[in-house]
Amino acid sequence: MPKLQELQDLTVQVRRDILRMVHKVNSGHPGGSLGCTEFIVALYNEIMELKDGFDMDGKGEDLFFLSNGHISPVFYSVLARKGYFPVDELNTFRLIDSRLQGHPTTHEGLPGVRIASGSLGQGMSVALGAAQAKKLNKDSKLVYTLHGDGELQEGQNWEAIMYAAGKKVDNIIATIDYNGQQIDGATDDVLPMGDLKKKFEAFGWDVLDIKEGNDLEAILKGMKEAKSRTGKGKPVCVLLHTIMGHGVDFMMYTHAWHGKAPNDEQLATALAQNPETLGDY
Amino acid sequence: MKKYIDQGKNDTRSGFGAGLAELGRTNPNVVALCADLVGSLKMEKFIEENPERFFQIGIAEANMMGIAAGLTIGGKIPFTGTFANFSTGRVYDQIRQSIAYSDKNVKICASHAGVTLGEDGATHQILEDLGLMKMLPGMTVINTCDYNQTKAATIAIAEHHGPVYLRFGRPKVANFTPVDQKFEIGKAVMLNEGTDVTIVATGHLVWEALIAAENLENQGISAEVINIHTIKPLDGEAVLKSVKKTGCIVTAEEHNYLGGLGESISGFLATTHPTPQEFVATKDTFGESGTPEQLMDKYGLNNKAIENAVLTVLKRK
Repeated sequence: MPKLQELQDLTVQVRRDILRMVHKVNSGHPGGSLGCTEFIVALYNEIMELKDGFDMDGKGEDLFFLSNGHISPVFYSVLARKGYFPVDELNTFRLIDSRLQGHPTTHEGLPGVRIASGSLGQGMSVALGAAQAKKLNKDSKLVYTLHGDGELQEGQNWEAIMYAAGKKVDNIIATIDYNGQQIDGATDDVLPMGDLKKKFEAFGWDVLDIKEGNDLEAILKGMKEAKSRTGKGKPVCVLLHTIMGHGVDFMMYTHAWHGKAPNDEQLATALAQNPETLGDY
Repeated sequence: MKKYIDQGKNDTRSGFGAGLAELGRTNPNVVALCADLVGSLKMEKFIEENPERFFQIGIAEANMMGIAAGLTIGGKIPFTGTFANFSTGRVYDQIRQSIAYSDKNVKICASHAGVTLGEDGATHQILEDLGLMKMLPGMTVINTCDYNQTKAATIAIAEHHGPVYLRFGRPKVANFTPVDQKFEIGKAVMLNEGTDVTIVATGHLVWEALIAAENLENQGISAEVINIHTIKPLDGEAVLKSVKKTGCIVTAEEHNYLGGLGESISGFLATTHPTPQEFVATKDTFGESGTPEQLMDKYGLNNKAIENAVLTVLKRK
């Protein structure tokens, strides 16, 4: 399956972009970015139906909202390599006068971004509004979102989760980055959230798991299944089981790299584990 | 002095409801959202005529602000409706990130502002909302004075691209501005020309300012009365022109003196034309239960308070 190899190559390159971006400015969030690399790559290059170019309204195409805005490095890299803006612009991440702010924003007019995110818990509400606008516009395309699992500790999510089911917003697929980690440690230690699947189901969602959330084939299969469940009166939730820091051995299985950049030596080690595929920016 | 006739007491929130209903008929992109206060916000007519364009969110204001932001993506012009307290302080970060910073075309329509909400008491009587909203970059902030002006403003903000905070109230008050007025965002309205003092008022205090000016005229004092319905962007030119003539100013609003219209004007005049100023506003306090009239009197927000402020500021000229 040549397509899978292309996605795999892109995944490795995006991983390199993430590492180099955060290393250059000695700040940013590599852990969650690396953990969601396969998912965002698959989403933009295989799962979503997208038009050429970018306009804010996004009529007639699928939309994506990144609620956990701190994983901006993976978002920016995938957008750039999809052609939304020049790949070279990744060089400006977090620098003064850049369109690539620490957290994604529409404020600087970066193509591909439709809402600011960073203050957690707001993305699902926004996505529900966009999904309902699609229904009003008789636009059959879908709305995709990504949320951190720790982010679900924010109460606004549960207002939105209740609303989505209650109002039968069935053109949305909300994915939870289920890595079990947050800044202060394991989610089970910081604030145990119990059985997320049962919680979503109790609120009236159709929930499915992607157990291998860092495996491209599993993601493609799972998201195809998720898509088949839209339009049936229920919002769809995907619990994407990922490993924070995936693809860099010393960053995996820990919250330590949530918001910390690698030093020169660590960068070299990390890049050696992810050899260049499509060319560095 | 120019005479203004009360065309019959009415509530500003009904002006909002009438404006929204008209928008429902004239602008297919206008949608409305409410957090379980349809009757209080007078949104029934819009809902009756456009059920598919109305979103009942339930008691979840944070979610409402986010959904409103999302609806703009797809070209809708969302009008959110709830009390001023729940339209601002409760959802400040949602407005800040998802609406203001994201430059979303959301119209935040807020009723029951200030102490004239009355008997419900301080939990619901927000006196800080103008300050909260005017501090957000890009936010237009409007506080209308009567039924006709609120209806006109509601219609006008649909034509303005960008986030707007429209503030109005609960009680029936004098309806004295023209029924056919054209509402110009950011443009002050000259109500009475005078020479001794400038009175700049917003919201429910505008009618009180007119009464005060009439009482002052009987004492031989000529008061210029200006209605500033748009707190931001402020019509500094109109203020400047007036104080250059009168040499002193009284600002009047149903809001804390910190963060309100008076503060905006004093900041503007400090850098352009320093002018003696008195504030008719609440003095860094919460409200309490009571009738609107009792509360306006107790917290110094009526024509008598304006008159006293004028007598004070005249001595400082």
